[in-house]
Amino acid sequence: MTPFIILSSRAAPLLRDNVDTDAIIPSREMKSTGRTGLADGLFAPWRYLDAAARTPDPEFSLNRPEASGAQILLGGANFGCGSSREHAVWALAEYGMRCVIAPSFAPIFRANCIRNGLLPVTLPEAAIAPMAWQAITVDLPAQEVRCADAVHRFEIEPEPREMLLEGLDAIDLTLKSLPAIEDWTSLDRKARPWVYLERTQ
Amino acid sequence: MTVQKAKTLFEKIWDAHHVADTATGASLIAVDRVFLHERTGAAALKSMAAAKRPVCDPARVFAVMDHIVDTRPGRGDGTLMEGGSAFITETRAAAKAAGITLFDVNDRDQGITHVISPELGIVLPGLTLVAPDSHTCTQGALGALAWGIGSSEAEHAMATGVLRLDRPKTMRVTYRGKLAPGVTAKDMVLALIAANGAGGGAGHVVEFAGEAVRALDIEARMTLCNMATEFAAMTGIIAPDARTFEYLADRRYAPENFDEPYWHTLRTDDGARFDREIEIDAAALAPMVSWGTSPEHAMPVDGTVPQGPPRAHDYIGLDAGAPLLGTPIDVAFIGSCTNARISDLRRAAAMLKGRHIAPSIRKALVVPGSSAVKRAAEAEGLDAIFTAAGFEWRASGCSLCFFAGGESFPEGSRTVSSTNRNFEGRQGPGIRTHIASPETVVASAIAGMIADPRELLVGN
Repeated sequence: MTPFIILSSRAAPLLRDNVDTDAIIPSREMKSTGRTGLADGLFAPWRYLDAAARTPDPEFSLNRPEASGAQILLGGANFGCGSSREHAVWALAEYGMRCVIAPSFAPIFRANCIRNGLLPVTLPEAAIAPMAWQAITVDLPAQEVRCADAVHRFEIEPEPREMLLEGLDAIDLTLKSLPAIEDWTSLDRKARPWVYLERTQ
Repeated sequence: MTVQKAKTLFEKIWDAHHVADTATGASLIAVDRVFLHERTGAAALKSMAAAKRPVCDPARVFAVMDHIVDTRPGRGDGTLMEGGSAFITETRAAAKAAGITLFDVNDRDQGITHVISPELGIVLPGLTLVAPDSHTCTQGALGALAWGIGSSEAEHAMATGVLRLDRPKTMRVTYRGKLAPGVTAKDMVLALIAANGAGGGAGHVVEFAGEAVRALDIEARMTLCNMATEFAAMTGIIAPDARTFEYLADRRYAPENFDEPYWHTLRTDDGARFDREIEIDAAALAPMVSWGTSPEHAMPVDGTVPQGPPRAHDYIGLDAGAPLLGTPIDVAFIGSCTNARISDLRRAAAMLKGRHIAPSIRKALVVPGSSAVKRAAEAEGLDAIFTAAGFEWRASGCSLCFFAGGESFPEGSRTVSSTNRNFEGRQGPGIRTHIASPETVVASAIAGMIADPRELLVGN
């Protein structure tokens, strides 16, 4: 996974509350069983006047010329609500986004971001709105977003911060604790035998 | 003398699954059950195989075909969604290779994950269960800590037996008093979200408690917990009680020694503190219907549309101040992990018996939540009541709770749906969805317009 340390980019606004993962990537745009080929379907219901013909809606934020190359998306409250589909994050990442800044996130979407090297930054709505179309810097070690003269500190738990900074693969990291997990499991088998199943089919 | 700290139900389950702390102060939490479905199951299992990571305990991993499986009679691997068969065949192959238990398309036990997991006793009180499906919170109704995750986290749980988690906050939502006739668990949860916002539960595990919750049967408790994700909560949970233990007796994967003493400790201690408490007067609740494009846009069926975001009013075609009652509808849908269990179908059929849907309804569907629900309904003759009333009767699956690119409703339809999401385009491009209880769906289908189910109650 690519580490996330510091990122400077223009910020594209999508300042609507409750942007759901069906809007980020509709089920009908999830055409393969893999994790790729999703960028084209990103925000398909809003980005295209005719999704089938892929006719862009020039009014949609990401279709504006100044959105070209933007790696930061500004969102509204409860961003990424709804379906747990990780395709929403895969689509954003494949499109080129590395960071989403919003007043709040839906929890599954936020966890999916962290597992894919995409930084979710929580800031108040009043701090986010002036960043629209500005060149901003997101600095994870300092936990700051800098926009013109304004500096906004953001909070992130130590665990996801470390995972993003180091570009760590969570499974590789956890497998280092395998002996502890196996010890715990063998004790648990005695304490809670009813939890453990035999294969029946 | 040591004094034990009073704990919430969540804290007891969390602590019982705490394997170790991570270097950065998060926790490794043991996962007891993983459930996959065909929409993302193949992706997760194939990715693990490519990384040469085996499933660490296949006996505790299950998969089912529910999301895009065809619900028309005589189905096979074909789907109305273009390219959908690949999801089914690849999930089947990957499940076989990984050695996990699969409930296949035409298996007797096939059904929606959150319907079959309780039916089969796969979820149990005190367990942790995860699935790459946001509505996994449904299963908290049995007293388990069950929550939705992404595909990468599903791989993590299968490969390691644990997840890396920061401890969530706790919230208790207490419903005081008794529900009025015609008001259901669906209305309870919609009222909660309408009052506190679709983001209101963010970062919290929500325990549902109080007289009105205790009075719910297990299936209604599932409806209540089902929409915890629509509240942005990590999950919902209800303390198990005698009803729970009775429900689980003789379920296939439940332990034979049914009276597991540990289960009786699974309740919040007196004096335990929650990070947040909400109280709701259950007796004051009315049947709820969504008016807009988020579950927080819900209102009593007999009220007037409040002022919301202009975009929501534009999409749904209702202005602030308009009554919902009398709004003409085109489609009625009873299905989904929210409201398609046998008790839901019984209540809907009881209201429909001897009646017919309005001639203006262009499509009316009942999609049972599982193959077992379908068989039980047919044995009771409910299917005949639905079809005589003008509903189509289908095989089980997630169906038109969401639009996957195959079957849809007529263009521009206004639907009343027993599902959980009324997002823009959720049920198809331009489809305007009003989520409500099965009772409200039935009353509206009969009237051909959004209607108050209390007017059709037996005796009225």
